[in-house]
Amino acid sequence: MMVPILKQGHVLIATIMAALSDEDMRQFREALLDRVVTSRASAVIIDVMAMDVLDSFATRTLREIAYMTKLRGAKTVLVGVQPEVALTMVQLGLHLEGVATALDLEEGLAYLDRVNRRR
Amino acid sequence: MAPPCAIRVPIDSDGDIIIARQKGRALATELGFSPTDVVRIATAISELARNVLSYAASGEIRLEALNSRNRCGLAIVAIDRGPGIADVEQAMQDAYSTSGGLGLGLPGVRRLMDEFKIDSAVGEGTTVSATKWCRR
Repeated sequence: MMVPILKQGHVLIATIMAALSDEDMRQFREALLDRVVTSRASAVIIDVMAMDVLDSFATRTLREIAYMTKLRGAKTVLVGVQPEVALTMVQLGLHLEGVATALDLEEGLAYLDRVNRRR
Repeated sequence: MAPPCAIRVPIDSDGDIIIARQKGRALATELGFSPTDVVRIATAISELARNVLSYAASGEIRLEALNSRNRCGLAIVAIDRGPGIADVEQAMQDAYSTSGGLGLGLPGVRRLMDEFKIDSAVGEGTTVSATKWCRR
C-alpha cells in the first residue's frame, strides 16, 4: 500500500487512503522523510481521514514522523482524525503531544498560512 | 445460550493484524454496535494482535459473537504459546506499560472493553479475553 505524497508550494500533503500494516507504516515514514529532505519542504500535512483505527503503533509512528520532520526544520499537521478514533485514542491513553492538528486538509493549510504569516 | 460462533484468525505477520481488525469490525457492525464501539473493538483487536506478534511471534485471534436473550456481545480472545507474562498485575499497571517497560498496552485495552481477563503461564503462553456488550 503506497501513500501518495503531493507537493503544493513548500507543503507536502500525504493522504493515507486505507488501513496500513505496520510495515506499510514504516515504509511511509521513510518515504515521507525522504521527500521532506529532497523537496526542502517547510511543512507536511498528513491526512488520516481514511484510517479507521489509530492504534499505539500508528500513533507512535506519526509522533516519530512529526519529530523527525521537526529536526529538519519542517512542521507536521495531522488532519482528519475521525471523532470515533479520537475518542478511542483518548481512552486507550495515546498521546500526540507536539503534533499540530486540524479538522481537515483545508483547515490544515489555513493553519500553516497563519503560522507562516506570524514568522 | 446458543453456542457462540467463532471466527479464527491466525496471527503470523503484521498483515494479519489488519485482517483480524477487519473481521472484528465486520462482526461488530453486524451485531449492531455503535460506530464508536466498532472502532473501540477494532482498536482493541489491533493492540492484542500486535502483542501476539511481538511477544510470541505467532498465535491466534478468535472473535466470538455472544448472544443471550437480552443482550449481545463480542468477545476477542488472543491466544499465544509465547513466553507468558511473569507478573500479570504489573503488566496491568498503566505507569508500567507507558514507561517503556512491558508496553503491552493492556490497561488501555481494558478501558476500551467491558470485560477483561488474562490467563498466562510463564513458558506456556498467554490468553487474553476481552468482551464488549452491545447496548440495545
